[in-house]
Amino acid sequence: MVLPSFLADFLQALAVGVIVGGAYALMCIGLGIIFGSMRVINFAQGDFLMLGMYAAFYLTTGYGILAFLGAYAGPIIAAFLAGPIVFAVGWVLHRFIVSRVTGAGAEQSLGAGAYGQIIVTLGLSLILQNGGLILFGSTPTGIRTPLSRASFTIGPLLLNQARCVSFFVAVVLVVLVYLFLSHTRHGKALRAAADNSTAAIYMGIDVDRAHRIAWSLGVGITAIAGGLLASSQSFQPYVGFDFVIVMYAGVVLGGLGSILGAFWGGLLIGIVQQMSTLVLPYQLQNTAIFVVFLLIIFLRPQGLFGRLAERT
Amino acid sequence: MKDPPASKRQVWAIAGFALATLAVAAAVGNSYYQLVLTQVLLWAVLSLAWNILSGYSGYFSFGHAVFWGLGAYTVALGMIYLDLTPWISIPLCAIVGVIAAALIGYPTFRLRGHYFALAMLAYPLAILYVFQWLGYQEVTLPMKRDAALLYMQFTEPRVYAGLALILLVATMLISLRVENSRFGMSLLAIKQNEPAAEAAGIDTWRWKMQAIMLSGALAAMAGGLYSVVLLVVTPETVFGMLVSAQPLILALFGGVGSLWGPVIGAIVLVPLAEVLNAELGDVLPGIQGVVYGVAIIAIILYAPEGVYWRLKDRLGRRRAAMPRPALHKQQTAVSVVTLAPARPAAEGELLVLRGIGISFGGLRALDGVDLTVREGALHGIIGPNGAGKTTLFNVINGFLPPDRGNIAFAGTTLTGLRPNRVCRLGIGRTFQVVRAFRRMTVLENVIVGAFVRARNDLAAEGMAIAALERVGLAERASDLAGGLPTKHLRLMELARALVPRPKLLLLDETLAGLAHEDLADILGVIRQVQRDGVTVLIIEHTMQAMVQLVDRFSVLDHGRLIADGTPDEIVRDPRVIEAYLGKKWMDRVAVAGT
Repeated sequence: MVLPSFLADFLQALAVGVIVGGAYALMCIGLGIIFGSMRVINFAQGDFLMLGMYAAFYLTTGYGILAFLGAYAGPIIAAFLAGPIVFAVGWVLHRFIVSRVTGAGAEQSLGAGAYGQIIVTLGLSLILQNGGLILFGSTPTGIRTPLSRASFTIGPLLLNQARCVSFFVAVVLVVLVYLFLSHTRHGKALRAAADNSTAAIYMGIDVDRAHRIAWSLGVGITAIAGGLLASSQSFQPYVGFDFVIVMYAGVVLGGLGSILGAFWGGLLIGIVQQMSTLVLPYQLQNTAIFVVFLLIIFLRPQGLFGRLAERT
Repeated sequence: MKDPPASKRQVWAIAGFALATLAVAAAVGNSYYQLVLTQVLLWAVLSLAWNILSGYSGYFSFGHAVFWGLGAYTVALGMIYLDLTPWISIPLCAIVGVIAAALIGYPTFRLRGHYFALAMLAYPLAILYVFQWLGYQEVTLPMKRDAALLYMQFTEPRVYAGLALILLVATMLISLRVENSRFGMSLLAIKQNEPAAEAAGIDTWRWKMQAIMLSGALAAMAGGLYSVVLLVVTPETVFGMLVSAQPLILALFGGVGSLWGPVIGAIVLVPLAEVLNAELGDVLPGIQGVVYGVAIIAIILYAPEGVYWRLKDRLGRRRAAMPRPALHKQQTAVSVVTLAPARPAAEGELLVLRGIGISFGGLRALDGVDLTVREGALHGIIGPNGAGKTTLFNVINGFLPPDRGNIAFAGTTLTGLRPNRVCRLGIGRTFQVVRAFRRMTVLENVIVGAFVRARNDLAAEGMAIAALERVGLAERASDLAGGLPTKHLRLMELARALVPRPKLLLLDETLAGLAHEDLADILGVIRQVQRDGVTVLIIEHTMQAMVQLVDRFSVLDHGRLIADGTPDEIVRDPRVIEAYLGKKWMDRVAVAGT
């Protein structure tokens, strides 16, 4: 089959966008859970992603723990294991630092209180990034598997195998997270605390605990997304920067506070990023995301799925 | 508002600081330490610039790197392509900064809170990629050894420290001037309660734009000088996250919203990070960032107000034992400024609403409301919860543009005007939930309301004191608004609404939540206000207090005006009774009556 070259490029970019978007959607859901339930802008989200990448990296290659699983299952299992590891890190950070500036009490004192949260996550971000630099070094690395270089050929499309596997794993995880939030006790408590934390307190929900679960789960899920990406791209301790805006753009696009919106938002951002290469130079991929991000904020701040709850 | 001597003391303090810095610069021989000193001064300028916008107005910018970076590239590229000397291009940076700030502020100030912060974060990062793409990965300033003086390329590092000091002192003096003027006070009011500031006649948009433009200009100039000092400009080092985070970190550490806070932050943290980086940078390459991260987290957890405010509170407590300067002397001097109405009361229509309608989604909050308020009247609007009373006020004073209909006030059309314009035309208002500037004193709260009319800041203070006397709150003038009981908050809000001498006063449930004995006081004040010639439109949902107070009633239910008349007529109106007590009650009354 021979397609006009523009159409072929278009389809290729679209397909890659969807595939990349799968991992983006997963990390956006992680951020969406945190923002949705705690209303905290977490600057460190990208750095938890980076932790996930390094966790997966060391599990597969560095210490060879998972080498026996082979080149195919190893990286995926490692990505999954990055989740609980970063979940634990997140739990500790929330317990000792984040919880002191968030929660039902801090929420009411808008102004200084709200900024306290942002500053703390900014501080965490600086520590994680630069701590990462100290621990992991500044040389870019990546998990190289046979899949990283191989591609599926579907008609005119060339799709990187590692990315395809990440995509399917991400989608499965998204479904699991969705089931967790809608069908389990913890998930429901979490959504209640997200919707109205004061009311949730009155209903006997331990909001602080719900926030801790949300925070840890959120960074854990984003870390898994990082672990999945680790086998298809190289990274260094500052890689979080590149993804913070991707994540916020996705979450804002979907509608701050909407988990389902975060999924579609992340997917769309992946598509936007790849499609932009059709008209813009490769280096301006991320600028395209910023522009989309700013446009959403200005034109439809409630996002695609968000509610506009403005009070006068 | 600070009295002039305090401001003069600050000028001396700044002069002392400048001399001390010069002494340090003279004493330090090592050129590396000279460089650190210069950096301390430049980062202090950036932090102070950030503070002018974010510290005072509360609009936290996470993207000040955009100004810094544009300044740095203006100087670097200007020298390369136009052979422009920094002596010209650094002042030019101010213009670049102002333009960038205007372009950024114009769309971004439509956003609040989290959205503003997120949008500001995006600008420098977006530009970073553009500069990378343009191929300015590493721009080196050309060496001009033959004309060193002309191109600001001194071999003596002290000169750079001197230049940075000049910029810093200028920035400090500007900050001081902002802090002690209505500019700074308006920004503080915006930070504490933007709708209230707007309703009090402060053109919040204008002040915010001015703040970001001033801030952008200063930040860009500092960035420009920075590129001259370092001689190399890369997108990451001038537009990167760390640059945006730096002023925030320094200001938060030292104390947000103060003149000295950002300077203290720079003096402590910049050398610490630099020295650590120099000593341990090879072994621990990210130590600078880790130290910053730990420092701001520690500050937020243990001294969230920052070093400066912490120290000031400590010292303040010691000083509190000293007697406060007596307010009374000043009071007698200015109480001649009376609250005379802008025009003598005449029998005419002051406010006329025709066919006002507004919907929120599917809900018709107001549906074809016609209302006439006569000049000099004390007009009450009652209605059950959710009838649209507050929405009506929000439409009148400009918070909400109506979908349909028009509003005329003393012959001018109000429809489409912003709240501060409406206030300027002579409509004051209070809020259902008192909107106080909680961290200002009672007097300062009222002064904010006086800016609309006062020619200068001293006159504003006089007018505010007179208004406080009028409502009987003069003795609480120096208390912080945050600690007042409801009655005093209501009176303070009344004074704030009265001080610009409105023709019409909108009172939103001023009587709600008051104890019985307090009610009489407030009613007395409201009656007095009316006797002084101010027309009053008051909302209430309980009829009892209103019947004694008003001379005309309008009843709102489900967004419609269902009755209008004297109190006597209204309490007997079956539609009103139905709205309040329900149809069933009406039927029972009808049955009992027969």
